[in-house]
Amino acid sequence: MARTLRRIAPQIATLAALVLLVTLVFPQFLHVDYSGGRLSGPVIDVLKRGAPVALLAVGMTLVIATRGIDLSVGTVMAITGAAAAWTLAAGWGWGAAILMALGAGLLCGAWNGCLVAVIGIQPIVATLILMTSGRGIAQLITEGRILTFRDPTFAYLGTGTVLGLPVPILIWLATAIGVAVLMRRTALGLLVESIGIKRPASALAGVNARVLLIAVYMASGLCAALAGIIATADIRGADANNAGLWLELDAILAVVIGGNSLLGGRFSVAASVIGALIIHTIDTGILLAGFPSEYNLVIKAGLVLLILVVQSPNLAAHWSLVRAGIRARREPRPAASPGPRP
Amino acid sequence: MLLSVRSLSKSFPGTKALDDVDFTLRAGEVHALLGENGAGKSTLIKCLTGAYRRDAGEIVLDGAPISPASTSEAQALGIGTVYQEVNLLPNLTVAQNLTFGREPRRFGLVDGRAQRRMAQEMLSGYGLDIDVGRDLGTCSVAVRQIVAIARAVALSGKVLILDEPTASLDAAEVRLLFDVVRDLRAKGLGIVFVSHFLDQVFDLTDRVTVLRNGRRVATEVTADLDRLRLIEHMLGHELDAGKSDAPRDPAGADADTRTELLRFRELGRRGVVEPFDLTVHRGEVIGLAGLLGAGRTESAELMFGVRTPQTGRTTDAHGPVSHATPREAIAAGFGFAPEDRKTDGIVADLSVRENIVLALQARRGWTRPIPRAEQERLAADYIRRLDIRTSDAEKAVGDLSGGNQQKVVLARWLA
Repeated sequence: MARTLRRIAPQIATLAALVLLVTLVFPQFLHVDYSGGRLSGPVIDVLKRGAPVALLAVGMTLVIATRGIDLSVGTVMAITGAAAAWTLAAGWGWGAAILMALGAGLLCGAWNGCLVAVIGIQPIVATLILMTSGRGIAQLITEGRILTFRDPTFAYLGTGTVLGLPVPILIWLATAIGVAVLMRRTALGLLVESIGIKRPASALAGVNARVLLIAVYMASGLCAALAGIIATADIRGADANNAGLWLELDAILAVVIGGNSLLGGRFSVAASVIGALIIHTIDTGILLAGFPSEYNLVIKAGLVLLILVVQSPNLAAHWSLVRAGIRARREPRPAASPGPRP
Repeated sequence: MLLSVRSLSKSFPGTKALDDVDFTLRAGEVHALLGENGAGKSTLIKCLTGAYRRDAGEIVLDGAPISPASTSEAQALGIGTVYQEVNLLPNLTVAQNLTFGREPRRFGLVDGRAQRRMAQEMLSGYGLDIDVGRDLGTCSVAVRQIVAIARAVALSGKVLILDEPTASLDAAEVRLLFDVVRDLRAKGLGIVFVSHFLDQVFDLTDRVTVLRNGRRVATEVTADLDRLRLIEHMLGHELDAGKSDAPRDPAGADADTRTELLRFRELGRRGVVEPFDLTVHRGEVIGLAGLLGAGRTESAELMFGVRTPQTGRTTDAHGPVSHATPREAIAAGFGFAPEDRKTDGIVADLSVRENIVLALQARRGWTRPIPRAEQERLAADYIRRLDIRTSDAEKAVGDLSGGNQQKVVLARWLA
């Protein structure tokens, strides 16, 4: 537990600093209302609007940990949303719709995983195939229209509340905690990190790299399916053209802000999810601060750049030197402490 | 004195790799640098070549103190290095490699004819009769070594550091290389020679410096040194000569009582290894000898299923054993410490503990994680029993010295 906290401390600090910054500009930011059996307020909004990216980031973290990348998740959201809406329109009920969406997500993930692990295509190219072709598949399912439905139970997944909390928040929280626990309470985390760092060495040590890789892409597809369900339920309709558009990039950004290396290996699901919240706090904060909308993207880019620079390994070395220096001054030792020499 | 190192120290997080080390090199001598794995040989060399910055101490070359900040700076100062894995470009020709970075130019373009002539001049005197227009990758390892030496001598010309140059050479190639080294010595170069082969050290070198745990233990004239004392210097304790030299008779008295463990029959793969037989007994260490390219590595890979055997069958006391893939071989109780440790052996960013439990965990399956306390016990146990030099079990394996990394790979299969 202490290890986890130390790992995600920079992300929590960044998030706290951002919240402070936004609150300074817009004092109502932390204000939470309770009325009509549901919590509301800007913070709740961030948590709810951030659900799709947080979910995608959970799956993306695992894929990136294996030294891969999944560009198709935004498209998979559209496919799974279309599959759910189609099932509802066909009158099979909400249960079948959820199963259909999750099944479609798993299938998409299995396709990506096989291209990467069995055929050996580079992940960025393998998932690019589904990223570009998938919107066409989604359009075939919706027959080029926006497929709407009226099923209130399915819509509940996007707009309902439990104990005042919006359901999407509960879904991403449960998914993130579930995946983190699965990774750390079983040996999966170690094995995933191991194939991400050195696949040949891991395979020779007996790690079933091929099966694990496929499983990781399927997990990413499953997370994308959950995100697709939320997006579809939220607007009570499937929009094959716009659902999840460009969200794969936000998900990758969330993983990177979470301090996970794109070169694979060590990962933290919690840090990635906080990364997703950081992105949405920036988005919401810019809107609340009332900047003219044409400034939004530039300000966001500037903030993201600042965060990444502060977290960069080069600066991290300086931070730890500063910290070591402070510690050395507090408890002076007879031996000269090793430091940088000119 | 050509090169003298005084009170050199270098620390890494958790370890003192070099502690107050002195080292001197005369012009016209071959000076061996010896020590166990992790003794500090590589660190000392990297401080000399500018790959590492030293923490304390001084390096004096030709009477002037130097502190090279990069390998190219060390080269310009006169210190050239040739590594075990030759770091030249195999897809370029010998001539291009030799003249890389200072190609003769004509009207701003590389002058191919002058380049070949320059390369031939650089190689003259090395007893090498090769076409400098050949791709370096098509030459043997020994030739590549000599090309690398020729390049280092031409660029630097005072001190030549040879870091385990003979590790992958056969006997004839070693002789060829040693002739070159003796020639260079006669020309007045100072040569530092790192090797694990004591025969070669006695054959070639004038003086020996032994390092142990980052400290200099001894510097002696090779001719005055006997083998036993040298090994004692390296190990740090006395050896019982009688015991270590006692001949072992494989066909001796206990030959009948030895139990057969595994029998490979007609194991082979077309174009890789011709079918061979091998029988392994309990408690037996079998050496696979042969020249480079004779199929040693390939035979081992067939046995472990890295390459799937096309012919043959393998049996133990209970019947046929399947080892067509590494996972099957592991299930049958095989372990494998591969030739290329960095790519196929260690998982560098994982800790010593995680590397040690990796194979065991993969065998148990992901649903049954090894409890953390058990992992720590296993790691501590093997760190102690194999004498793995690491500050603690949570250190990344990539930060260990080469020999200690190899021990971790071994521990993985013993765990």
